[in-house]
Amino acid sequence: MLTEKISENNFIRTLGNFFSEIANVAKFIVRFFKEIFTAPFEFREIIKQSYLIGYRSLPLVAITGFIMGLVLTVQSRPTLAEFGAQSWLPAMVGVSIVREIGPVITALICAGKIGSGISAELASMKVTEQIDAMEASGANAFKYIVFTRIVSTALMVPLLVIFSDFIALLGSYAGVNIYDDINFRFFFSQVFQKLNFTDVIPAVIKTIFFGFAIGLIGTYKGYNSTSGTEGVAKAANSSVVISSLLVFIIDMIAVQVTSLLR
Amino acid sequence: MKEASAKKFETTDGHDEIVLEIEHLKKSFGSKEVLKDVTLKIRKGENLAVIGKSGSGKSVLIKCIIKLIEPDEGELIVLGKNILDIDNRELNETRQKIGFLFQSAALYDSMTVRENLEFPLRQLPSSKKKEITELVEEALKNVGLLEVIDKMPSELSGGMRKRVGLARTLILKPEIILYDEPTTGLDAITSKEISHLILDVQKKYSTSSIIITHDMECARITSNRIQVLYEGVFIAEGTFEELKQSKDERVCSFFE
Ligand SMILES: Nc1ncnc2c1ncn2[C@@H]1O[C@H](COP(=O)(O)OP(=O)(O)OP(=O)(O)O)[C@@H](O)[C@H]1O
Ligand SMILES: [Mg+2]
Repeated sequence: MLTEKISENNFIRTLGNFFSEIANVAKFIVRFFKEIFTAPFEFREIIKQSYLIGYRSLPLVAITGFIMGLVLTVQSRPTLAEFGAQSWLPAMVGVSIVREIGPVITALICAGKIGSGISAELASMKVTEQIDAMEASGANAFKYIVFTRIVSTALMVPLLVIFSDFIALLGSYAGVNIYDDINFRFFFSQVFQKLNFTDVIPAVIKTIFFGFAIGLIGTYKGYNSTSGTEGVAKAANSSVVISSLLVFIIDMIAVQVTSLLR
Repeated sequence: MKEASAKKFETTDGHDEIVLEIEHLKKSFGSKEVLKDVTLKIRKGENLAVIGKSGSGKSVLIKCIIKLIEPDEGELIVLGKNILDIDNRELNETRQKIGFLFQSAALYDSMTVRENLEFPLRQLPSSKKKEITELVEEALKNVGLLEVIDKMPSELSGGMRKRVGLARTLILKPEIILYDEPTTGLDAITSKEISHLILDVQKKYSTSSIIITHDMECARITSNRIQVLYEGVFIAEGTFEELKQSKDERVCSFFE
């Protein structure tokens, strides 16, 4: 009886916490959109953050992209070969990379690398009173720290995905060439024959949302972390978990929306 | 001795304009009452030292003044503005006129010392590159650290960070300065230099300051008046000499 009551109370409390957290995130988003329309726009900081977020992720994204393309090709080949349809391999792999696997895998990697980095950085700025110090000097710390990072991730994640898609196609070309000897030009003409704008555009649009979600959760968790070094680790950890989950949820919604629009 | 008594209540331009007024300020964290009832007035050109045990709420008090911490109750008039009532834009304008030295110095880790000092200046609309460089160099010279201008904060010692923090606080030539333990962690000689720097700033720009400190030498040099904070209320007030004569045990203990 007693334990039942306790767990029921716990459940209600958890549910309450959950909804108040959602409300806080909503407030955070509203504040972000308000900041879009007010000066200063902190272009320099946006460019600096974009460099840090984008450029520094290139090697990781490139390696994973290449492996992703290669593995996908090698794994798909036997199935297609069974139907005698090996010649379809470039087109099939191209479509699945650009439409689905490239965006999602790259976004997950960004959630791990960029999201956790932002959270840890902001949380430690909070612990060491650097955010307070910015506010104390009359600066808009939210704008300078949070706004710029969300904008930068929303811009950089799509670019990283496009880059990763391209590298993945190279990986796929390498994979095809393990068995057959096909020409580079021919491979890419095969890929682009089956790839339409209606594949590419929705895929790019959804990556903007992926980037936004990663930046949003990363900054939210960091900016609102509880003090102490423990808070830094917690912020980084939960930011990765939540933004990875969001990537899948957004992806699912995006699939529904694009199939409706078709 | 002579120096101290001459200083008594003689503010630099000798008038009675109140720049900071705190009335019945209260702040609790959860069930823990940190500030119970704090009332305080500071005149233009006056230096007030606040002493008190660790955990007595000194840092919380000065953070309330610039609304880094939102008080639960009370009135707070800073430079004629009711801090608890104004919008964000006005709050930021007021904050730019107030310098705040953090206990931990709070230097921006990702920026060089130069960029740290430039940060408060970036909000001035008209500042030119050359002027900014001059201001930064002058501020660092004042704390005797011009040579670290291109270093990162992580390359500095604790005391150096504190002094860079002080330079950053002073760079906007604020009208009110809130110092949170400006000399803690410094050697005796540097402490004395910093105390004299605080005094010089007061004399030169007729600023008003609150100086939180455990360092009685610093309190003696810098302050016109001292308040003793004990468990969230002020229990004694007076000049250094007056408090030194106090019979109250809680006050005497600071002078031993
Ligand atoms: N953000 C906060 N949340 C909860 N409690 C806090 C917070 N800030 C301060 N406190 C509590 O308020 C009390 C006073 O803290 P404060 O930092 O003002 O002490 P202090 O007088 O500055 O001490 P010290 O000389 O050690 O710096 C402490 O007991 C502290 O635990
Ligand atoms: Mg303190």
